[in-house]
Amino acid sequence: MSYIDAPSTERPPAALRRRWTAARFTGLALMALWALLGLSIVYILVVGYDPEKLAKYGPRILSGIGVTLKLVVMSVLLGALISIPVAAGRLSSNPIIGGIAFGYSYFFRGTPLLAQTFLVYYGAGQFTDTLKAVGLWVFFRDAYFCAVLTFSLNTAAYQAEILAGAIRAVPSGQWQAADSLGLRPFTTMFKIVLPQALITALRPYGNEVILMIKASAIASIITVLDLMGQTRYAFSKTYDLQIYIWAAVIYLVTVEVLRRLWELMERRLTRHLRR
Amino acid sequence: MANYMELLSFGDSGWGDELARGVLVTVTLAIATLPLGLLIGFLIALAKNSSEPLLRNAAHVYTTIFRGLPELLTLFLIYYGGQIAMSALWRLLFGYPFEINSYLAGMIALALVFSSYASEVFLSAFKGITLGQYEGAYALGLSRSRTMLLVILPQLVRLALPGLSNLWLNLLKDTSLVSVIGLTDLLRNTNIAVGVTKQAFFFFFVACSLYLVMSIISSFGLRRVSAWAERGQGRH
Repeated sequence: MSYIDAPSTERPPAALRRRWTAARFTGLALMALWALLGLSIVYILVVGYDPEKLAKYGPRILSGIGVTLKLVVMSVLLGALISIPVAAGRLSSNPIIGGIAFGYSYFFRGTPLLAQTFLVYYGAGQFTDTLKAVGLWVFFRDAYFCAVLTFSLNTAAYQAEILAGAIRAVPSGQWQAADSLGLRPFTTMFKIVLPQALITALRPYGNEVILMIKASAIASIITVLDLMGQTRYAFSKTYDLQIYIWAAVIYLVTVEVLRRLWELMERRLTRHLRR
Repeated sequence: MANYMELLSFGDSGWGDELARGVLVTVTLAIATLPLGLLIGFLIALAKNSSEPLLRNAAHVYTTIFRGLPELLTLFLIYYGGQIAMSALWRLLFGYPFEINSYLAGMIALALVFSSYASEVFLSAFKGITLGQYEGAYALGLSRSRTMLLVILPQLVRLALPGLSNLWLNLLKDTSLVSVIGLTDLLRNTNIAVGVTKQAFFFFFVACSLYLVMSIISSFGLRRVSAWAERGQGRH
C-alpha cells in the first residue's frame, strides 16, 4: 500500500484570525482619515453648491477643459514630430550632430518649463519689430500659440530621449540578422527595429502624455484660459475654494482615465509577448 | 555687450545681486524640501510594502492623488486651502487671522509631490533586495527595526539612488512654481528685473542658464554620492 495515495482525513486548518497589529491599526486610521477628507470634500461641494456660480463659471470651466485637451494633443503630436530628428541626432555617430541634439535635449530637460514659457512668451516681446517685419508677430503675440510652441519643444526633448533609448534597447543581433538577409538599413529600421522599439517606448510615452497634461496647467500663468486658467479666474472672482477642488477632481479623473486606457492599450499591443 | 554686463552687475544699477539672492532661495527651498520628501516617501513605500491591505490601500490613495494633480494645483490647494483652514482655526483659538507663509506652503506642496514619486522609487528598490537578506538578518537575531536600519536601508540607498537623483533634478525645476505664490525665488526676481529693464529675452535666458548650472552642479554632486554608495560593489 502506498501511503501517498491515502486520502487525508484531517480537516484543513482553520483560517488564521487576523490580529490587530500595529500595521493594521495604522492602516485603518489612515483609511479613516482619507474617508474623512473625502467626505469633507463632498460636504464642501454639496454645501457650496450654488446654481448661480455654476451657471456663471460652469461653461467657462468646460471650455477650459477643451483648451487644455487641445493644448496637450497639439503639443504632444508636434513634439513627436520634432522628436524624430532630435532622436536621430542623439543616435548619430557624428559628434557635431550628436552634440547639437544633446545640447537641445539637455537645455529643455534641465530648465523649468515655466522659465522656458516665459522665455518664449515675454522674450518674443523684446523682438517685436523684427517679428513684425518677418510676419511672425501674430503668432508670438498669442499666449496660446506660445504655450503650444514651448510645450512642443519641451516634450520633444523628452520624447526624443524615450525614442532614442528604445531604439538603443533593441538588441544589435536584430540589425545583424536583417543585414545578413540583405535588407536595406531603411527597411530594417521601419520594419524590424522600430516596431520592437515602440513597444518598449509605449509605457514611457504614456507617462509623458500624463506629465504633459499636468504641465499644461503652467499655461495659465501666461494668461491662457485652460482648465487651470479658468479656475484661477473663477477663484479670483469668488474666493471660493471649492472651484480649486473641482479642478483637482477633473485633473485627477482625466489622468486616472488616461492611465487606465493606456494600460489596456498596452496589454492589447503586447499580448503576443505574454505567456 | 557692456550693457548686458552692466545689467548683471552687483549693486544698485545691476541685477546680479537680486538674481543671486533668488538662486539662494531656490536652492534652500529644494534642500529644505528634500529630507521631508524623502522621509514621507520612505514611510509611504514601507506602507505599500506592508502585508496589511488597509495600509497598502491608504498609501496607494496618497500616490494616486499627488501624482495625478498638476504640481501648480497642489501648490494652490495648499496655499489657499491652508490659508482658509488655518485662518478659521486661528480665529477660533486666538481671535485673529493667520497669514500662511508662502515658503512653508511651497515646501509642503513640493514635499507632497516629491514623496509620492519617491515612494515608487523606494518600492522598486525594495523589490531589488532578496528575501534572503531579511532571513539572514533574522537568523542572526536582529530585531525587525535593526534589520531595516543596518541591513536593508544601506542596500536600499544604493538601489534607489538613480531614481532619487532624477527626482532631485525635478524638484529643483519644480521650485520655480513657487514664484507664482509670491516667493522671491530666482524666477520671481527675474520677472521683477524684466519688469524694470524690459530685457525679457536676455533675463529669462540668464535664468534658464542659472537653472542649467544648478542641474550640472547637482549632477556632479550626485555622481560623487553614487560612487560613495557603490563603494562596496567592486568593479565588474
